[in-house]
Amino acid sequence: MIGLEIHAQMKTNTKAFCRCSTDFHSSPNSNVCPVCLGYPGCLPVLNEKLIEFTIKMGIATNCTIRSNSIFARKNYFYPDLTKGYQITQFDTPLCYEGHINIKLKNKETKKIGITRIHIEEDAGKSIHDFHDDETLIDFNRCGVPLIEIVSEPDMNSTDEAHQYLSKIKQTLIYLEINDGNMEEGSLRCDANISLRLKGTETLGTRTEIKNLNSFKNVSDAIEAEIKRQTSVLESGEKVSYHTMTYNAKDKTTAATRTKEEAHDYRYFPEPDLVKLKISEDWLRKVADNLPEFPDKRRDRFMKDYFLPESDSEEITHDRKFADYFENVAVNLSDKNERSFRTASNIVRAEVRKVMNEKKIGINEFPLPAKAIAMIADSVNSGKVSITASKEIFTLMLSGKSEEEMLSIFRESEKNLSIVSDTSEIESIVKKIIDTNPEETQRYKSGEKKLAGFFVGKVMQESKGKANPKIVNELLIKLLEV
Amino acid sequence: MSVTIKDVDKIAQLAKLKFKENEKVKLQSELNKILEYIDQLNELNLDNIEPLENINETENVLRKDEIEIWLTNEEALRNAPSKTGKFFKVPKVLDK
Ligand SMILES: [Zn+2]
Repeated sequence: MIGLEIHAQMKTNTKAFCRCSTDFHSSPNSNVCPVCLGYPGCLPVLNEKLIEFTIKMGIATNCTIRSNSIFARKNYFYPDLTKGYQITQFDTPLCYEGHINIKLKNKETKKIGITRIHIEEDAGKSIHDFHDDETLIDFNRCGVPLIEIVSEPDMNSTDEAHQYLSKIKQTLIYLEINDGNMEEGSLRCDANISLRLKGTETLGTRTEIKNLNSFKNVSDAIEAEIKRQTSVLESGEKVSYHTMTYNAKDKTTAATRTKEEAHDYRYFPEPDLVKLKISEDWLRKVADNLPEFPDKRRDRFMKDYFLPESDSEEITHDRKFADYFENVAVNLSDKNERSFRTASNIVRAEVRKVMNEKKIGINEFPLPAKAIAMIADSVNSGKVSITASKEIFTLMLSGKSEEEMLSIFRESEKNLSIVSDTSEIESIVKKIIDTNPEETQRYKSGEKKLAGFFVGKVMQESKGKANPKIVNELLIKLLEV
Repeated sequence: MSVTIKDVDKIAQLAKLKFKENEKVKLQSELNKILEYIDQLNELNLDNIEPLENINETENVLRKDEIEIWLTNEEALRNAPSKTGKFFKVPKVLDK
């Protein structure tokens, strides 16, 4: 059984309890103030946006939002924690008892319980490998707001854990409350794992693997820990509770040396912060401003745009990308299944290809949605072939302004429009037959599958402009004499 | 409830404090006195009383999410006992 604890940094401008910037790229110790440096006599003041963001995640994961909650101090000493305690929520998490649905490999849906979502602050960053006997500390991160999303131990495989993490990440990004960047640490994961022997009801002791910072590490670490626990159990021994670390180099987990009895956090209510009350009114305001959630949007795209589930899933996975597609759809002159499919193909293949090549997001993609709609219209009305549409797309990318792109479109559409003039196509077909006597002979002696070869040659010669239907008819006519 | 020397040791360890044996004995008796006082409170009937989590009865003291620059890097490091470049410096720490 696997449970995940996900720490997600909230995309607020300022820290949780002071007005310092949360910018990750600032120079060390420049986003600090007396509050986050833990100077005595300073008072924390809660960031309103942080509460709004946490409520959003709570609603998106079907949690109950607690109307009265408080903050607590979690006490421990570590140099990157200025105050000697972390402000967190203990027995009154803002959100609790929710769930999300994940898609399993066999296409079935599985409900994964969310125990709680609470607010806490991050610690500073220690740099150990700079000096042999000294540690350097950057407090820019100290006080940066996090939410911790704790799941029920409802996952039974590495794949389910992966799906769950992926769904949580997608939801956070859809809500625009986290940037999903695991490398920079704005999304981190701890995994709790315990095994149950086949045919028994009781669950073994759990272990916890800390600080997994990529999808691959989450999967590999869980796999490694399951293997380790299995071999412990098979040798007749018992698994004992440990905090584990994962070594990505040799793909193994190992218990940390930390003594467990040292973890006595002596939680108590934070006296410097007052009660947090979420009124019905506030809750409604947040709920009214939520975007359409990915699963709902996927289902709607299947219905509204007649897209197959996989295409719909692909488009709606990213909110901005889905927005872009909807913008294309609005601009199509024919709104039918065929034109939506054409638009979907261009967006999923051509647009995505450029985004991948240039490593850019859809926001930085140069062509306006209207341009994609024009290309799709051109294909749907039979003016240009799909091959030619790809060329028009590429040509338009070189336009510096929207105006220039449109004039490139008009010109290239004219140049590349499908030739339906039979005599023109016939002369090309004749030329191809004449220059490929061997294939012609083989075709005539029964090797009919060579038809594809001739079609390809003709299309190539016509630069993709020949009307394929006429090409086929003419080829059959001229080859079968 | 009474505090043992072992309890004193544990609390001292958590608070990263070191005491001599005679100090521990003194602390033990002081801690016991505090607990005795709390035991007195336990005699009250608090069945229908909500715990007081904060003496301040106000709710929702919140602020807008607007950045304010408070300290420069130089100012932030001014009181630091040890520093290197833009960083605070402490003796090497390992395992969290
Ligand atoms: Zn600050």
